[in-house]
Amino acid sequence: MRLRKVADRAVRGVFLANAILSAVVLLGILAFLLFYGVRTFSGTPLLKFLFGTVWNPDAYGEPSYGLLPLLLGSFASTAIALLIAIPLGIASAVFISERLKGWVRVTVKTLVELFAGFPSVVIGFFGLVVLAPLIARIFNVPSGLNLLNAGLLLGLMSLPTIISVADDALRVVPHSYREAAYALGATPWTTATRIVLPAARSGILAAVMLGFGRAVGETMAVLMVAGNAALMPKSLFDPIRTITSTIAIELGESAFGDTHFYSLFALGFVLFLLALATNLIAESLIKREKRSFTL
Amino acid sequence: MPESKITVEKLNLWFGENHVLKDVSFSIPPNAVTAIMGPSGCGKSTLLRTVNRMNDLILGTRVTGDIRIDGQSIFADTTDVIDLRKRVGMVFQKPNPFPKSILENVAFGPRIHRMGNHADIQQRVEQALRHANLWDEVKDRLHDNAFSLSGGQQQRLCTARCLSVEPEIVLLDEPASALDPHSTARLEELIRQLKQDYTVVIVTHNMQQAARVSDWCAFLMLGELVEFGRTENIFTKPKDRRTEDFLTGKFG
Repeated sequence: MRLRKVADRAVRGVFLANAILSAVVLLGILAFLLFYGVRTFSGTPLLKFLFGTVWNPDAYGEPSYGLLPLLLGSFASTAIALLIAIPLGIASAVFISERLKGWVRVTVKTLVELFAGFPSVVIGFFGLVVLAPLIARIFNVPSGLNLLNAGLLLGLMSLPTIISVADDALRVVPHSYREAAYALGATPWTTATRIVLPAARSGILAAVMLGFGRAVGETMAVLMVAGNAALMPKSLFDPIRTITSTIAIELGESAFGDTHFYSLFALGFVLFLLALATNLIAESLIKREKRSFTL
Repeated sequence: MPESKITVEKLNLWFGENHVLKDVSFSIPPNAVTAIMGPSGCGKSTLLRTVNRMNDLILGTRVTGDIRIDGQSIFADTTDVIDLRKRVGMVFQKPNPFPKSILENVAFGPRIHRMGNHADIQQRVEQALRHANLWDEVKDRLHDNAFSLSGGQQQRLCTARCLSVEPEIVLLDEPASALDPHSTARLEELIRQLKQDYTVVIVTHNMQQAARVSDWCAFLMLGELVEFGRTENIFTKPKDRRTEDFLTGKFG
């Protein structure tokens, strides 16, 4: 009896320690980002960072650290990616969960999940070698390394995530809903769109959010195909530079202790805020969803 | 033999290698309640779900023999399964309302079958809910989530949903098995009312329930139809020894 109590306490201690450790590490990273990031603003004013439209830390004389072109680059490429990946991903998930059966379903699902773990360099290489010349030829533009290419590639990369998570969400919708719909004479299509999809809303939303996270956080593939000119994009065929690529490209060339160096941490912090905001929005949407469900 | 709405003829059904229904033949009369009873696993639910071809959804199902509704085979190439299921409604064992409002639950069927405009559908919803003895309880809360209803109310809601597309036949698959005695009594009252307008087939393993609600009774065992006849005859003078044993509680 005593021994069991001691063991119980010990196990609890181990779990608590682990929880605290992971929280400390995460908070540490955050503090580190913030700590280094704020030093940017001793070299350049905060407002100029937030609303500046030029990112040119290497400019002779007066370097500028304007966040907007990078933020816009990240947003525009992610928007294009999601525009493609959300409808396509949800449609594929519906097809896999509602129409495929047995080993076919298992095989397709496994392949999708395999693709979700594909190294991003390889996908970037595909964009560079296959997609870029194709875009250049089809749209008759000088270079295929641009916003469109980055968006397409990011869409391709977030697609398996969205499909896989959305499929899981659809699968947990009770079979009894489908039976009820079929028994009323609903077609499989009507059942999927009017009953199963709405019932899986919160899970679908989670899938979309994960897809968004994948697209916004992707560095390597996008760096390889985006053209990387830190300009405000005006059309689909302009090169863009995302926040993540900027950090990856410039961290090596900036001098430690320089404003340039610190500004990259500020970028990292912006990225963190972006992720935090989407998570909070997603969570509140899901919560609202749950409330209306139990009402 | 009575006048026949549904004729089951030499029906055999397999799930893979499993021979679930064996040479079942009988006729279900119109505007009456026919109960299919029998011990667990005798194939009574499977038989019921063959009538609206819900077993089509199960992989590896094979059927021989025939079921005819008004003389028309439900397995014929000319039979549209969507149309069949509209004509043959079903209420399931566990109440399974959609995660939507009470109104949306009942309006779903009429909407997908395009049974009129907005006002028509509202009318149908009210009519179906009245028919299912639920209207007075929910008329002030039609936009509440269906899950806020009690189990018994949910089952009557599912009945209303089934009636909303104006079926000719209503199949009930142990509809009271998840309900308390009071809710069961109300549902049974509803079932007895339904036969005025519909042909009702109810599956139950509860013989008292079969005795209370049905006019005709089929007794099924191990996939075989043991006996079929007027409920009062089955219960008072069963012809088959197995029926008698079941009714006297020797097994089941």
